[in-house]
Formats: sequence, C-alpha cells, structure tokens
Amino acid sequence: MIFSLELLYEAVIFGILLGCFYAAVSIGLSVAFGLLDVPHVAHPAVMVAGAYGVWVLAGYGFDPILAGLTLMPLFFLFGMALYRFYYEAFERRGSNTGVRGIAFFFGVALIIEVCLILLYGVDQRTVEASYIGSAVTFGDMRIPQRFLVGGGVALVLMATLTLYLSQTFTGRAIKAVAQDEPALRLMGADPVRIKQWAFGIATAVAALAGALLIIIGPVEPALDRVYIGRTFSVVVLAGLGSMTGTLAAGLILGISESIVLMLFGASWAPAVSFGLLLLVLGVRPQGLFGR
Amino acid sequence: MDAALLKITSVSKHFGGFTALNDVSLEIARGERFGLIGPNGSGKTTLINCVSGSLRNDGGSIEFNGEEVSRLPAFQRTRRGIARSFQIPRPFASMSLLENLVVPLEFVVHRRSLHKADTRGEAMALLKDMNLAAKADTPTSSLSQVELRKMELARAMAARPQLLISDEAMAGLAGGEIDEVLEILFKLNATGITIIMIEHIMQAVMRFSQRVVCLDAGRIICEGTPESIVQNPDVQRAYLGT
Amino acid sequence: MKFWIPAGLLLAAATAAALIVENEYFFFAGYTVLMFVVLATAWNILGGYAGYVNFGTPAFFGLGAYTATVLFKAFALPLGLQIVAAAAMSGLLGLVAGLLTLRLRGIFFAIATIALVVIMETLFINWRYAGGATGLQLLRPPPTLPFDSYIKMLFVLMGAMAIGAVALARWIESSWVGRGLRAIRDSEEAAECSGVPTLRLKVLACVLSGALMGAAGAPMPMYLSFIEPASTFNLNYAIGALASPMIGGTGHFLGPVIGALLLSSIQQLVTVTVSSELNVLIVGVLLVLFIVLAPEGIVGLVRKWMRRFSR
Repeated sequence: MIFSLELLYEAVIFGILLGCFYAAVSIGLSVAFGLLDVPHVAHPAVMVAGAYGVWVLAGYGFDPILAGLTLMPLFFLFGMALYRFYYEAFERRGSNTGVRGIAFFFGVALIIEVCLILLYGVDQRTVEASYIGSAVTFGDMRIPQRFLVGGGVALVLMATLTLYLSQTFTGRAIKAVAQDEPALRLMGADPVRIKQWAFGIATAVAALAGALLIIIGPVEPALDRVYIGRTFSVVVLAGLGSMTGTLAAGLILGISESIVLMLFGASWAPAVSFGLLLLVLGVRPQGLFGR
Repeated sequence: MDAALLKITSVSKHFGGFTALNDVSLEIARGERFGLIGPNGSGKTTLINCVSGSLRNDGGSIEFNGEEVSRLPAFQRTRRGIARSFQIPRPFASMSLLENLVVPLEFVVHRRSLHKADTRGEAMALLKDMNLAAKADTPTSSLSQVELRKMELARAMAARPQLLISDEAMAGLAGGEIDEVLEILFKLNATGITIIMIEHIMQAVMRFSQRVVCLDAGRIICEGTPESIVQNPDVQRAYLGT
Repeated sequence: MKFWIPAGLLLAAATAAALIVENEYFFFAGYTVLMFVVLATAWNILGGYAGYVNFGTPAFFGLGAYTATVLFKAFALPLGLQIVAAAAMSGLLGLVAGLLTLRLRGIFFAIATIALVVIMETLFINWRYAGGATGLQLLRPPPTLPFDSYIKMLFVLMGAMAIGAVALARWIESSWVGRGLRAIRDSEEAAECSGVPTLRLKVLACVLSGALMGAAGAPMPMYLSFIEPASTFNLNYAIGALASPMIGGTGHFLGPVIGALLLSSIQQLVTVTVSSELNVLIVGVLLVLFIVLAPEGIVGLVRKWMRRFSR
C-alpha cells in the first residue's frame, strides 16, 4: 500500500474522468429505469453490444465515436421495439410484472451476451484511434488521452440529454410521464408512445456509451456483468429520475474506485461499485437527489 | 364517557417537497360511524395509509386504544384491531376468494392456535354474510368489480377488527350495488365495529355517517354532522373550486 | 405418503446404482443434476413462492463451499459436519442480507443480490488461507462404507439432499408459511394489512433458501478436489437456479425439479455435441419464451392440458 499526496491527487483526477465516463454510461439507465421504471438489467449488455458494433465499424476505418453516433439510430429503433414488446407482454397484463420483468431482461441480457460470444468469440477486442495509446502531461501527471476524450464526450452527451429533457416538448413530456402519468393522459398525450420514445433514446445513448466503453478499455462479452453493478449503483446513488444527480453519483463512484485501486489494488476494485450500491440502499435508498 | 378508540394528533406527511397532510387532528369514538370526505388529492387515502401503517407519518401521533401505534409496522396494527379495504381492490390473485379470507384468519385471529382452528369454515361463514358463498372457490381474477369490493370488506372483516376503514368501497358502483355495500357496513357497525368511511358518493356518506370530516389540501376544513358539512361554504368551495 | 414412498424408492434406487454401476461418469453427471435440483428448489422458496427474483445463488452456494473447505483444511471436519456448518453460515448470510435488502422493492433486491455475489467473490479472492485467487487443492478422505468410490458416495448424498430440499419446499407450500409468501407475492401491501409479517416471512424464506444453497455447495470442493473463487462464485449457478424454476413452474414444488432435469439434460446434450455457449443461448431463449408465453411454467402447461382432457 503506497500512499502519497501526489498519488492521491492523481487518483482523484483520474477518478473524475472515470466518473464522467461512468455517468455517461449510466445515463441511459437513468432514463430507462429511473424515469420509466423498467427493470432494465439488460442495459449494460446492450451497451456492450454497442461496443462490439463500434469495433466492427472501426474495422472499416470508422473513428470510434463516429461509429457510435452512426449506430444510434439503429439502437433507437431497437429500443423502441424492445419497450413495445416489454409493454405488451408485461405492463399491459398487470400482475406479477416486477418479478417476470426482471427475469425477462435477465434472459435478454443472457441472449445478447451469448450471441456476442458466438459471433465474436470471448477474446478481448480493442479499437485504435489517434487519441488511444498516447498520454497528455499536466505538470507531473500523465493522463491517458483516451480518458480525456471519454470524459469530454461524456459531458457533452449528458449536457445534451439534460437539455433535451428540460427544453424540448417531448423531453418534458418524458419527465412528465415519470411524475404523473394520469395527468399526462388527461392532456391528450399517449404515455405509452412517450415511454417508447424515451426508451429508444436510452438505448441510442447506450450505443454511444458502448463507443466510450471500447475507447476506454478492451471489451469482452461478459463485460456487462461488471457494469450492471456500476450503472445501477450510479443510478441509485443519484436518486431515481435525477439527471444531474447521475453526474454527481458517477463522480463519486469514479473517485472511490480510483482511490481504492490506488490503495488496495485491482482485486478490490469490482467490489467498490457494489459496496457503494449496498450502502446507499441501506442508508438512503432514495439517493442523493431522489424523489 | 368512552375514551376515543382512535386519536390522531397533529399528524403530518410529506413527499419530498409536497405536503400531503398538514397538522391533522381528530378523534373517533368507539362504535362510531365516521365519514371522511374531500376532493381528489386532499389526503384522505394518505391519512388512512398512515393510520393503517402502509405509510409512516412524519409528525404527530396516532393512538389506538390508548396505545401509540405510529411506529408499528402495518401487520402489527392489524393484529391490534385496525383493518382497511383498498380503494383499488388488491386481491391475492393466485388464490381463490375463500383463500383470500383465510390469510387474515391465519395471521391475525388464529396465529397462536392454528392447529385448532377451522379457518376455511370461518371464512365460508364470512362469505355467506356477504352473499358471496357461491363464489368461494372462484379465482379472484374472475370476480366482478362489486364482488371484489365485497371481497375487500370481507377480507378486512376476517381480521376481526375493532376499527374498519372502508376506502371508497362504492366508487363506480350502480345504485343497487351501493345499497348492498351500505347494508353490509350498517350490519357490521351494529355488531360494535367502528367504521371510517371514505366516499365521494354524498348520499351514501349522508345516510351512513354520524359525524363527518372534510379534508382539503391536507388540512381539516370542517367537522360536524352530515347536514352541517354539506351546507358548509368551505366544503362547497373545496369541491367546486372558487 | 404420496410423496415419501416415491422419494424413498428413488433414494433406494440411487444407492443401489451406486453399489452396482461401474461407470463413474454417470455419477459425476448425476451429482451435478441433483445439485441443480437442490439449488433450483432453494431458489424457488424466495424467488418463486415469495416472488423475489434474485441472482444471489452463487453467493450462498460459494460461501457454503468455502465454509466446508476452510473447516476441512483447519480441522479435518467430516463431510456431514461440513454440510451442517455450511448451511448455518449461508443461512446466516441469508439473515443478514435479507434484513438489509428485503425492505427494498423487487428490482433493488435483485441488483443487491448481484452485489452480494461480487462482494463474496472479492472477499475470497483476497483471503490467502482459503487459497486466494489461485485456489486450493484438496485431498479427499476415503469414502465411508458401503461405498467404494467417493463420487458415488457424493451422488447418493446429494440425492438425499435433493429429497430433503424438495420435502421442505413441499411442506412450505402447503403451510401457512407458503400462504403468507404467496400473499406477499400477490400483493405485499394487502398482505401486510391482512396481518402477514412480511419482512419476517421474507427473511425466513431467504434464510431457508440460503441455507439449502450453502448445503448444496459444501460437497463441491470434495467433488472437484479443488476450489477457486471465479468458478465457485460463477453467475452460471444463478442462471441455472433461476431458469429451472421459471421454466419448470414456480408455483409447485415439482416445478424446479422438472426444470432442473430438463436444463441439465439439454446441457449434457448440447455442451458435449456443440458448445457450452449454445447451451446458454438455448437456456436464455427458453427462459424468455416461458416468461412471456407460459408464465406458469411446464407445471402450468400440464395443468392446463389436464383440465382440457378432463372435459
């Protein structure tokens, strides 16, 4: 265990960048689960699928971020279809939705994970870009450039989504449907179509998050298992339905993981996100900014 | 003079920034027929959720039979004699009508002497009182709205409560059905059970209640006999708006 | 009696097989099948009867396996006591985890159980006495008479455990405990208002479920002669424990058994002939299909057909 103020400082900076990345990766879940109350345990798996999509396109020369953006419309449509299916099969019929919904998405995650293995094998995949592999020096610190790019894109993504939800009509309808569905219905809007649209957006965001995922590090099909913990702990810590909270929560997770990594090594890092999740659920289940 | 069966003192409940109940106080005497009215969103269901234990009140106290119950979980309040029906029926969908009633019989009435009890027989007797005996083995998913409302009351009664809270049991029912439910409630009260009735159907409240309280935006705005409540300008304003 | 006579006969048949059949592969495979019967039955107590779907099986299973390992390494404890200790430890974990997480809504509880698995795995990766990340080799003691092979003994032992687990599930199902759990699953709020002590019953289900899973895990280190964290706390145990009851039927004590037998057979067939990934894909697809189309599972389908034929 090596401890020095400088290392701590570096861990914190690194943690902030990592935290932005975690926030971006979780924001789709913030919408799907936080706002729409869908038990979407398959969200990380969709993200990993996005990462693989980016890897495939990168093979044709696409820049990873560009590839992610290109995949967004496709994932948007997939998200809408998935929500429609979920709604028809579960929410419509009422009883036992919680139980079967969770198991359903678990099955979907499983199917996605296995299909990725069957298509691409279990080996780790990476992409190449000008900003991957080189580091930027700030004074005494060396920060890998891909983390700066990842953090930057993450912030832009979150800002865009937050603005969309608060400034546009559809965005506000999405927030409304989370808060008061009957009222929305009375105003003539169809809550199901709004939720479907929102779920599509969340899935599209997952595609871009997948791009960030493969930029930051290598991906493999089972990666979704690690990210279930991270994304859910961010969403829960933020408080369901809070977009701004997602950034704060992501930063907390990122910094905690970074410090634990520095102090105790990589074998303890996976437990941080889950430990944080259990802590939040035990102490303050509504999260930092939750309703 | 009988001590109050239920004594609610300065009860408040907040949901984030929204105040659902604001300093609500009232007393209900043993054996009373009590009506609780108020426009949608006034806090009626929140209040009975706090009394039954589905919610914890943020401030104030709730005393039942002289005992402070606001820290107790709902099942313990039921075991002490508070029962409620749900506005939107919540049957145990995987069970038959009869079995729905066996649950409170097993977990409240006979919980210390299960091997000696004839829970099915008792449940059947309850169903007979409600004119539901023919549907005893029907899965609750096949019951009509009226039958579900009666199931809610029957299930609450199966817990042998001292206080029964009926939450909009008559909402959406037709005239004859309303009379049926009202007759059940009168019969129950005649056996000594205190009843709190929450209703929007004014004629039912008028016929049934000895005393009525009107809630609006989380506060009590009026308390009195049914006749005086209906003529009260604050009540009229609350329902019709200004 | 309708249960115990067939159960007794099955156990007798298993013991007879162990004394007669020579081919050890049968017992290796059979042990795994029976183990999944126990895991699936245990999962169903909390996941099926109470409706609290969870992914925590590897945590309880793994803790049981490691409890047995550590006690064997430290005190050379006989297998029977290992199993009892493992059940106690995992039951305790069920108590603590249950008290902490069962107040939460279903999805939060489910995610918390994943957290539990990761935390347990991380703990044992970092515990050198138990082998750490690289694991521990174990030397099997000689099998007790009348068995001549350790694996055959484990097979019969797991058979007895399976019968015990199924018997427990059957008792729960028809007792007030089962009715309370079903009430919780159908409408937790109405159950609470009907006098059901929901938290206590859920925690009880969690303890029983955890204890059974721990017991099922205890012989595993002896079975493999080896233990290490990654494969012990593997999510695949969660998949098998969850998919078997959801496909077989969560409302009846035979559902998990049928599901475990079906999935184990498919696994044997597909993994050997094609690949283990295809097996997982089939399980995933079956799971989704049954959840959407036949939520009552195979037991539910059989009941429907029987009703149609009786007309």
